[in-house]
Amino acid sequence: MADSGIGASVKRKEDFRFLTGRGTYIDDINRPGQTCAYILRSPHAHADIVKIDVAKAKVAPGVITVLTGADYDKGGVPCGWQIHSKDGSPMIEPPHFPLCKDKVRHVGDQVALIVAETYALAKDAAELIDVTYKEQKPIVSTGDADKPGVAQVWAAAKNNTCYDWHIGDKAAADAAFGKAAHVTKIDLVNQRLIPNAMEPRAAIGDFDRATGDYTLYTTSQNPHVIRLLMGAFVLQIPESKLRVVAPDVGGGFGSKIFHYSEEALVTWAAGKIQRPIKWTAERSESFMTDAHGRDHVSHAELALDKDGKFLGLRVSTKANMGAYLSTFAPCVPTYLYATLLAGVYTTPAIYAEVKAVFTHTVPVDAYRGAGRPEATYLLERLVEKAARETGIDRVELRRKNFIPTNAFPYQTPVALQYDSGDYFSTLDMALKASDWAGIETRRAEAKKHGKLRGIGISTYLEACGIAPSAVVGSLGARAGLYETGSIRVHPTGSVTVFTGTHSHGQGHETTFAQLVSDGLGIPIESIEVSHGDTNKIPFGMGTYGSRSLAVGGSAIVKAMDKIVKKATRIAAHLMEASVADVEFKNGTFTVAGTDKSKTFGEVALTAYVPHNYPITELEPGLEETAFYDPLNFTYPGGCHICEVEIDPDTGVTKVVNFTAVDDVGRVINPMIVEGQVHGGVTQGIGQALLEACAYDKDSGQLLTGSYMDYTMPRADDLPNFKVATHATMCTHNPLGSKGVGEVGAIGSPPAVINAVLDALAPLGVQDISMPATPLKVWQAIQAGSGRMAAE
Amino acid sequence: MLTVSMTVNGIAVSADVEARTLLVQFLREKLGLTGTHIGCDTSQCGACVVHLNGKSVKSCTTLAVQANGAAVTTIEGLAAADGTLHPMQEAFRDNHGLQCGFCTPGMVMSAIDLAQSHADLSEAEIREGLEGNMCRCTGYHNIVKAVKAGAQAMTAAMRR
Repeated sequence: MADSGIGASVKRKEDFRFLTGRGTYIDDINRPGQTCAYILRSPHAHADIVKIDVAKAKVAPGVITVLTGADYDKGGVPCGWQIHSKDGSPMIEPPHFPLCKDKVRHVGDQVALIVAETYALAKDAAELIDVTYKEQKPIVSTGDADKPGVAQVWAAAKNNTCYDWHIGDKAAADAAFGKAAHVTKIDLVNQRLIPNAMEPRAAIGDFDRATGDYTLYTTSQNPHVIRLLMGAFVLQIPESKLRVVAPDVGGGFGSKIFHYSEEALVTWAAGKIQRPIKWTAERSESFMTDAHGRDHVSHAELALDKDGKFLGLRVSTKANMGAYLSTFAPCVPTYLYATLLAGVYTTPAIYAEVKAVFTHTVPVDAYRGAGRPEATYLLERLVEKAARETGIDRVELRRKNFIPTNAFPYQTPVALQYDSGDYFSTLDMALKASDWAGIETRRAEAKKHGKLRGIGISTYLEACGIAPSAVVGSLGARAGLYETGSIRVHPTGSVTVFTGTHSHGQGHETTFAQLVSDGLGIPIESIEVSHGDTNKIPFGMGTYGSRSLAVGGSAIVKAMDKIVKKATRIAAHLMEASVADVEFKNGTFTVAGTDKSKTFGEVALTAYVPHNYPITELEPGLEETAFYDPLNFTYPGGCHICEVEIDPDTGVTKVVNFTAVDDVGRVINPMIVEGQVHGGVTQGIGQALLEACAYDKDSGQLLTGSYMDYTMPRADDLPNFKVATHATMCTHNPLGSKGVGEVGAIGSPPAVINAVLDALAPLGVQDISMPATPLKVWQAIQAGSGRMAAE
Repeated sequence: MLTVSMTVNGIAVSADVEARTLLVQFLREKLGLTGTHIGCDTSQCGACVVHLNGKSVKSCTTLAVQANGAAVTTIEGLAAADGTLHPMQEAFRDNHGLQCGFCTPGMVMSAIDLAQSHADLSEAEIREGLEGNMCRCTGYHNIVKAVKAGAQAMTAAMRR
């Protein structure tokens, strides 16, 4: 199976349907008798709803029903994670009804649902709804949200504070600063981003009048989670009466993890009108309703001894939750952020405090990397600044503080225990691949052409493979985070694999088929991978936190072990041998020391046609399910190096080289792994140079509400990437794999900004915020030059 | 209602539409050709690109009536009847030029027009030529490789 098993760059099984226009995304599905929904949204960031008059809309052509908050009689959208503040009190958890009842709290908040025979008629009717609002002043700024006198989002959340949390040993950290030879301080904003999966969110609610069963077709990364949250908490529909289907999903990046109001609305209303209802977001709705990402304001301090060893780290962060708590929002700036603040370094004392605030903005939740890019950006900007201040070479300073390769398992002062890593090798490989040593030559060459060349580095680590259930439960998760895998061997030897993870671009249909091809010794063409339907898959927690292979793949391996164990007993019976003497290799069972053999296909047929079968000891059939709960997170890490060239006349920054060397553990399909890194790095470059969500501070209007205003990375913004891997194995899962989905977006932003600052350093520029747009770079150059002239 | 008639993927079609019907809505809703996708409202993302009389257009900003009498090719019309992929489709598969697949139809349709209108495409020309097609998954690295390979394969196929 060398050409299709573990380690082979197998071409993807899913590509044919996507390349021929035969993928099935939600908006491609049409149910018999289907109606269409349009959602009337708030034009204001903060307002009281005084009156909603729907009389004209209700009698408009083609309209079936118009529903508002007054009609809504079901539950609110729940939050899946509870954080406790420093004083032990639980976070403030405001209600989140799918239709607003008395107040709107962000532009795009949901005011009315209009269902009509066509989408155009529903949208026409929405214009006939008369809503009287009493506008209030909004608060949108993360930094100002907890200050006195600003607008309040929720009466229960004093000073707009959701929680005020901390981690680490404050006394130890303070003591470390007491004996520091040097302290480096930095203030950083990790700006708000809009995920922008290319497929807008969509949902179809369907109700079966014969059985009373509901079906929700939705753009989700985790259909079982949606079934659980929506069924149990929002609409009170038992799992047995609710099917959730997420077929082909056009990208997620975190934004399709969460349970959204629209899913509940179309399902609820479909039951009311007893017809299917489709809702598809327009892109402008995606901008103002998809959960956003990042949005941190931080101050950090690093204490170093005279040799440059890190002694202590203190971090204070404010994180914006938006107007409501999205599904995983509270855990992102806490357990996915502050626990990562040791990074790849031996910093012995760390203390971090995180205050989460409500604002009149779209909820913020996990976006590719979720907390870990924020931690990495903070650390790598801080370490870079420390190097410049102390005069220690920036690579040497990092190397000096790396966790030694022989120190694993390594317990950090912020809860995590890293199982494996080798930061020295990924650093050395990246330095070589990027020709770090040759930068001065290239810098001089660029200068001849009037350009500023700079190089930047980031050595990072992340925690993914989410997650051990008992651990996350103790930290506030309201669910387990194991995964399921089922293997159904059919009578003639073909196999269907059922996974609780979900593929929305990651290529699971290929990677998981490779695993099974390798394990069972059968051709990859004989294996189909099924996902995304709660009626087919036993259970599942879905795909996020780079967990699909490390957790979902491990479940498949466990199920495969059970298959091989049972098949071996059947083979032993057929060959009249003792089970202990039977070996299974490359799809064939043999008896040691004899020429007896049975193929996997023969054994499969015997399992379903059990004429000659150990029937008193073994059930017929060959199908096994495994639930795999990981023992720890996984810890990918590595080194990203970015080289930029800046035109000082225009401020335009061009990424001319980008090198990523990542340790993602065992690689199953190198082609897919490289593709994941390319995409992640691009989102990181997007954050560093192009993307930012902006709200007007006075009106709370979303200023970046379309692709005309929000700068997405395009083909001509990017270079070709140099990508390599260096594996240390995960020690606690059967594959040794760590995860690759997020590393690109985690490691890259500080590498880019450090490169920009390296290029601008000769002009006296010491700081620049993301995104480093041409305007900001140009302004920094002017300010820096002015300062230097004054000095 | 207006009646529009056109040839789509070589087949003559005719239907009554509202004047405001976009070409992409006509293709998706009237003809069931759901391979052409809608990714934005502002003619920016390129997921909806089809060929109108052989040239790429964004079908989300083309009215169905504007295509009256025209020959339209969509992603569904590229592969041969026996399933043999167009060289550009094949190149996307060979080079892992797609992940979630949502931008792919528009990307492939734009790439074919780009290849047809340029001899010996350079990387810079490809990157500039795809400026109107967004992809959030791939970082474009493999798309650029795929377009280069696909364009070369198209040229080779023409020579044959």
